[in-house]
This record gives sequence, structure tokens and C-alpha cells, in this order.
Amino acid sequence: MDEFAKTSRRAFLRGSAAVAAGTVAGQAAAQGAPDPAITELQDWASYLGVGVDETPYGLPIKFETDVVRRNVAWLTASPISSINFTPIHALEGTITPQGCAFERHHSGAIELSKDDYRLMINGLVDRPLVFTYADLERLPRENHVYFCECAANTGMEWAGAQLNGAQFTHGMIHNMEYTGVPLRTLLAEAGLDAAGDLTDKWVYVEGADASSNGRSIPMEKALDDVLVAFKANGEALRMEHGYPVRLVVPGWEGNMWIKWLRRIEITDAAVESREETSKYTDLHEDGVARKWTWVMDAKSVITSPSPQMPITHGPGPLVVSGLAWSGHGKITRVDVSIDGGVTWETARLGKQGDAKALTRFYYDMDWDGSEMLMQARAMDDTGYVQPTKDQLREMRGENSVYHNNCIQTWFVNEEGVAENVEVS
Amino acid sequence: MSKSLNLFLPAIGGTALMLGGAYGFTSRDYAEQKIESLEIQVEQSTSTAADAVANSRAAEAEIERLAAERDELQVIAAAGGGLTQPAPVAETVYGLGREALPEEIAAWDVDVLPDGRGLPVGSGDVWTGEELFVEQCAACHGDFAEGSGNWPVLAGGFGTLSDEDPVKTIGSYWPYLSTSWDYINRSMPFGNAGTLSADETYAIVAYILYSNDLIDDDFVLSDENFMDVELPNADGFVLDDRADTEYTVWRTEPCMTDCKDGVEITMHASVVDVTPETEGDAQASMTEHAAGTDAAAEGAEGAIDPALIEAGQGAFRQCSSCHEVGENASNRTGPELNGLLGRTIGSVDGFRYSNVMRDAGEAGDTWTAEALEAFLTDPRGTMSGTKMAFRGVRNPEDIAAIIAYIQSVGTE
Ligand code: HEC
Ligand code: HEC
Repeated sequence: MDEFAKTSRRAFLRGSAAVAAGTVAGQAAAQGAPDPAITELQDWASYLGVGVDETPYGLPIKFETDVVRRNVAWLTASPISSINFTPIHALEGTITPQGCAFERHHSGAIELSKDDYRLMINGLVDRPLVFTYADLERLPRENHVYFCECAANTGMEWAGAQLNGAQFTHGMIHNMEYTGVPLRTLLAEAGLDAAGDLTDKWVYVEGADASSNGRSIPMEKALDDVLVAFKANGEALRMEHGYPVRLVVPGWEGNMWIKWLRRIEITDAAVESREETSKYTDLHEDGVARKWTWVMDAKSVITSPSPQMPITHGPGPLVVSGLAWSGHGKITRVDVSIDGGVTWETARLGKQGDAKALTRFYYDMDWDGSEMLMQARAMDDTGYVQPTKDQLREMRGENSVYHNNCIQTWFVNEEGVAENVEVS
Repeated sequence: MSKSLNLFLPAIGGTALMLGGAYGFTSRDYAEQKIESLEIQVEQSTSTAADAVANSRAAEAEIERLAAERDELQVIAAAGGGLTQPAPVAETVYGLGREALPEEIAAWDVDVLPDGRGLPVGSGDVWTGEELFVEQCAACHGDFAEGSGNWPVLAGGFGTLSDEDPVKTIGSYWPYLSTSWDYINRSMPFGNAGTLSADETYAIVAYILYSNDLIDDDFVLSDENFMDVELPNADGFVLDDRADTEYTVWRTEPCMTDCKDGVEITMHASVVDVTPETEGDAQASMTEHAAGTDAAAEGAEGAIDPALIEAGQGAFRQCSSCHEVGENASNRTGPELNGLLGRTIGSVDGFRYSNVMRDAGEAGDTWTAEALEAFLTDPRGTMSGTKMAFRGVRNPEDIAAIIAYIQSVGTE
């Protein structure tokens, strides 16, 4: 407990007293008496550490116990059909470790072994086929880094600032390096002559879990960059991400990335499954809903400082760190404002953006200790500029649930504590 | 491989950016090809599918972008850029996988399309549907499909779609009736999916239509009259039009200075105060993750094997869609299971048991380990007429584990 309280950044949120104490402790060591952390012999410098036979598969060290997925209990009736959030506030770079990458299940995560795994391709194909897991491993594979964002990410923020933390406002996203077989390779195995003209054909994909989540994907996308993936970040997919095989649909909403993929059917019409009618359609103010809104538009968020990542070091050099992404292609530019959108400066990209993958950006500043209204604004290589929440509301109203890619505002006070706010 | 498949192969998207070393064909040609095929597609986009694709991807703008990229590609290729080479496009098939048998396709290919294709022969009436619904669905969706607590509402909500708080139900929002048949048949009841017969599904869908005031109580829904039922919101949807309504507006050079007159905070998240207090939870979940059995062991009184309890906690997932156990457990589709061993059969207050279970209790029978084992292995075979719509625990080892788990958390 003590260890946890000491290391938890959230502990600083408890009040300004804690923030002040943290600052003072840092300064005392720098100014006055010699630092005992240096002058006294420490246990770890004297006694032995842990052997190589202790941890066949490692977890993060105990000081990092707050960097975990979290859920919001009131969102859903049951944690089995629910979602949790990636701790994006506490991660750096762009790759999301599998163990803290958000989960969304409709009937819980299932244990499906490679031995029990079957993948069927049927419908308008020349040869309906069944593949085993071993079959998939014999087809040429590719590696790609892509983000997977739930269409409902930031969905709780439509009517106003609601959840206090980048993890909760923007954490329905992860970014991994996938290894898999292009879907078009598998479709070619089954043969598409039977489908005739492909321009109006669909590929219906379905999972093996109890929800049998199914989505219709237009043939053009299916033959473009969709992957049937079995590895993420170099290792097997985790159970909660669809072990042993999931679909990767780059740039498109996470619900289409079918987990525990068991069936691929070529059809001449969209199935109009529950997940593409009742859900994942965007209801507008006039009572009419948009459907087939598959692409995730450009979006960004400052991950630190943010409500779970207050500034604890006082005025001086400050690293503002954030993420940007676009389902249309590459992030070409991110601007940052610290005055609520009156003036903007262009941030530095951690590395040139990859298409349909997270891009890290930095804004290196000298904080004078005054209040800030921090915002980030992403642009992608189609020239699209991330809109404000008011711009989105003007187009769509407040009830569309999905596809909220608005500019986010964090209010940072003089003590460095950050809060989720909306501004005029 | 078909010609039309080849037409699509160089389609727009990520592949262009992965060319890296430009093996096999030059990047320049590749980009050129992509632009050509895109233009063809834009022209050809006559079907709805193609329309939606063209719209959602703003294909026209993509053409411009690709043209610029074509020139950049050589540079990227030269720099390496950490990009990978695409998998080879096979001229012939690899011949992997085996033919799917008709029985296998029939078992898995059960989806139903908006035009009714995929519906099996069968029928069901409103009153049979009501009985089934009250037994198998009402605990979560309410007796009249009106929803309960946070669970989905299936009926009502007419005329609310443009309100501040729209109620989206099968009656008020869903465009196609096929979707409800398809979804209920495949995915409900939650935790016991795939167990409804075709006739049962027709009956339940009929009852939901009745709850939505869309049919009279003497209606019998079948594969033959299915397409006659139209849902009120069938025309309530438009295809993704962001390319026209939004992208054109938001593709501008953004403002950098003096972008607005002043800024005021109009809303604070802390006022709503709905963010979960997570510090403790997070630690608990991490510790549990690392130590495994700690939480279960704590709850266990006496000498029940912690490993068995842990296994039982996992196996109880088969039951948890219908039963609660532990502190604050209440009746759901099935009764709460606290203090089960030694409890009189069919005795939980306020739960409507089947006759067979109530009778067993009135005769003074109690739940012993043996009785539970028999019942859980084959519920309907052991207690003919039970309302427990569950096929039985398949793995015999799970039963002892489940009982151990129930005892560990549910001692009253
Ligand atoms: C144990 C609780 C439970 C029971 C029992 C149950 N459901 Fe559900 N139902 C759910 C949950 C949870 C969802 C949402 C699932 C998701 O998020 O994907 C749902 C979703 C639905 C939906 C889609 C709602 C929407 O708005 O998209 C329908 C229709 C439905 N259930 C019908 C039924 C029927 C019919 C039965 C009985 C045969 C039934 N359910 C039994 C919990 C339950
Ligand atoms: C689909 C819902 C459902 C599932 C799944 C289910 N049950 Fe039940 N269960 C019921 C219902 C309904 C009853 C009441 C039966 C009756 O009245 O005939 C019941 C009754 C019982 C009883 C008798 C309780 C009493 O008060 O006498 C026990 C014990 C029980 N279930 C255990 C289990 C266990 C253990 C599992 C998991 C292995 C399980 N059930 C799975 C619905 C379910």
C-alpha cells in the first residue's frame, strides 16, 4: 500500500499539499544536505536481486501498478459486455503493450485454442474452404503497425466534459504491430470468379464467441489492406484481443476488427447485423442516422499533462506529450495551443507518421507556472483538420454516440493539476 | 484468379506506403496504377457499396494525395523508412485449406439478410413468445421488453429519435426485422446463446413486435409472412456523407493566431464527478493478476482448496448470465445461489420456480453435493420441467469446482 501511494501519480491529485510536498522534497535534495540515496549504502546495492529462474514471463515492476486498464462501471449493465480503457496517459512512444491494451467484448473474452480453431470461407466463392490455424501459418504474411480505435472512443463527451482523464476520454484505442495474412490471399484461395462483378460485393466476417459479432465489409476494402492476424507486437494475440486469430481493418472502427474470427462469407448485400444497425450508426439531431461510417477521422489528444498526469515539478522545462492518428492515412502535422485555441504552435512529431497508426508528438515548453488551457489539433495527409467539439455538434447534434474526434481541452491550474473542461 | 480481383489488387490505401525497397515493380508505376484504378472506381461507383466506399474515403481527394505521393515514393524507398515489402501476389492458388462440407456450412452460416434470405422454415405466435420471453429474457430486458436497469430496452421509444434523450429500440430505431431474428437467434439469451429453436425465435420476435404495438396479439410470425412486417424506422438512415458535409468544410488551412476573441471555460468534468475512483481498484486487479488465488483464498472459510475455488470461479461463467452469488446477490433469470449446499430446493423468496422445483422443496428435499452433480450434469433430464434453460455442465470436473466456488463466496 505505502509503496503504491508513494509512487502513484494519482496520489498527487489528492490536493495541492501533496503537490507542494513533492516539489519541496525534490529541491531539498538538490540544495542542502547530501542525498542519503547517494551517501548511504542501499539494500539493492548490497544484497542480491532476483534470479533468472524467477520470472519466465515478466509483468511490470510493482512501482508501475497504476499503469493498468480501467473500466467505468456505470457505463454498462455487465462487465462481460463492456469496455475498458488503455492507460494512454502513462504510456510513451506509440506501441501499446498487449497487457494494457483496451478490451471490448460483447459476450466476454473466450479461451479458444489453436487446435480448436477453424476458419470457414463460404458464400459466393468457387470453393468453400475450411482452414486450420496451421494452414494460416503457411501463407505469406506481412507486418504492419495500425491503430485500433473503438467508434465510441470519446463518446461519453458529446454532451459535455464528463470523464476526468485521457485514459477515460481517449483510451478506447491501441496501436500494435500485427503479423498476418492479407485477407485477399485467403479470398484468392477460395476463388472469387463465382462472385462475378466485385464492385457491389461484400465480405461478411463473424467471430466464434457467444456474441458471434458480425460485420459487413465492402469488397474493395477487403481486397485492399485487411489482414487476418495472429500475432501482435511479436507474440501471440492475447485472449482478450481474439486469440488465436483476429481481423485487422486498418483505419476503420474497432468493432469491425472481428476477434476469434471464424467465418468469412462473400455476399451480394450487407447483412445489416445488429452491430451495423442498432449499434455503430450515428444518430443526428434531426432523428436521421448515418450508417456505414467506417473510417475513423483524424484525432489527437495530449496525454501528459492531463488529469491523471499533473505537472509535479513546478515551473520550468515541461514536456507536453500526445498522440495523433487518422484512419485516412498519415498524420502530417499537429498544432498545440496553451490558451484554449487562440494561438497555436506546431508541435514536433516523434517520428514521421505511419499511415493508419499512432503518431507521437511533443511540444517542448518553458512553463511559467500560470494557468493553461491545453489543446492539440491534428492534420492528416488528405488535408483534414481535426474539428472542435462545437463544429461537430453543429453538424451532428449530441446524440451520435460514435465518431467523436473533437479537439480536447485540459485546464491546468497554477499547481499543475489538470482537469477535463470545455471552452467557448 | 478472376480478372476483377486483379482490378482491385492495387487499390488505394496502406499498401502503397509499404513499398520500401520497391521489389518486383517500381514505386512509380505502382502509384500510377493505383491512381488509375481509383479513377475507374470513382466513375464506376454506381452500386451502394461502392458509393459508400467512395464517400467514406473521399476518393477524389485521395487521387490528389496519391499523385503527390508518387513523387515522394522514390525518396521513401531510398531512405528505407522502416517500411515492409508486401506479400507476393500468387498467380496460382496455394491450395491450402480443405473443402467446407455442406453440413459444416449449414451449422455456421445462419445469418439472415434484410430480404429474408437465410430464414429457416418455422413459425411462432405472440403468446408462446411471451412465455419464452418472461422465462429467458425478462430478467434483463423487463417483462414487456421495456428494459430494466442498465440493460437494453427493446420496445417503445417511438418519436424520440430527435429528442434530447432518444430511446433506440427495435420498434423505434432498427431498420430491418431480419436483424432482430438474426441477432436473437445467434446471440441471445446472453450467456446461453445459440440454444433457441427456429420456432422459438419466431415466437420471441413476434412478442417483441407485439410489445412495440406493431402487430396484434393473434399474429403468427413465420418465414412466409416475415417480409410483410415493416419496421417504422426503415427509412431513418442515410449513407456516410462525411465526404460532402464535413471533409469539404474541414479541409482548410487552420488558423494559428488570434483565432478567437476570448476563451472561457464553459464546463468542468469535476462538476459531473462520474470518473471512477480507480487507485484501489487498479492495485487490486494488478495484485490479483500477479498472485492469482489471493482473492479467492481470502473468501474461503475452512479447508476448501484455493486452486479448486479459482477453477470454480472461472467455470461459474457458464452460470453467471443467470445466477448471482456472494454479497448483495439477487435473483436474475435464475435464483441467487448463496448458501446453496444444504439449502431447501426451490426456496428463494420472490423467485418464480417451476412446479418440479417447487414440489421438490415442499417435499423437504435439499441440495446435496450429489443432487447438484446430477442436476448440473443434465438439468432437464434430472428435473423434467425445470425452467433452467441450460444444457448442462460438459466437463464433470467443473461441477466440484463450481460448488466449491459457490460455497466460498456465498456463505450466508
Ligand atoms: C443475462 C441478461 C440477458 C438475458 C437473459 C437476455 N439478454 Fe438480451 N441482451 C443482454 C445484453 C448484455 C445485451 C447487449 C449485448 C452487447 O452489448 O453486445 C443484450 C442485447 C439484446 C438485444 C439487442 C439490443 C440492442 O438494442 O441492440 C436484443 C434484441 C436482445 N438482447 C434480446 C434478448 C432476448 C430475445 C432474450 C431472451 C431469449 C435475451 N435478450 C436475454 C442481456 C441479456
Ligand atoms: C440460462 C439461464 C441459466 C443458466 C445459464 C444456469 N441456470 Fe441455474 N437456474 C436457472 C433457472 C431459471 C432456475 C430455476 C429453475 C426452475 O425453477 O425450474 C435455476 C435453478 C438453479 C438451481 C436451483 C436453485 C434453487 O433455489 O433450488 C441451481 C442449484 C442452479 N440453477 C445452479 C446453476 C449452476 C451452477 C449453473 C452453471 C453451471 C446454472 N445454474 C446455470 C437458470 C439458469
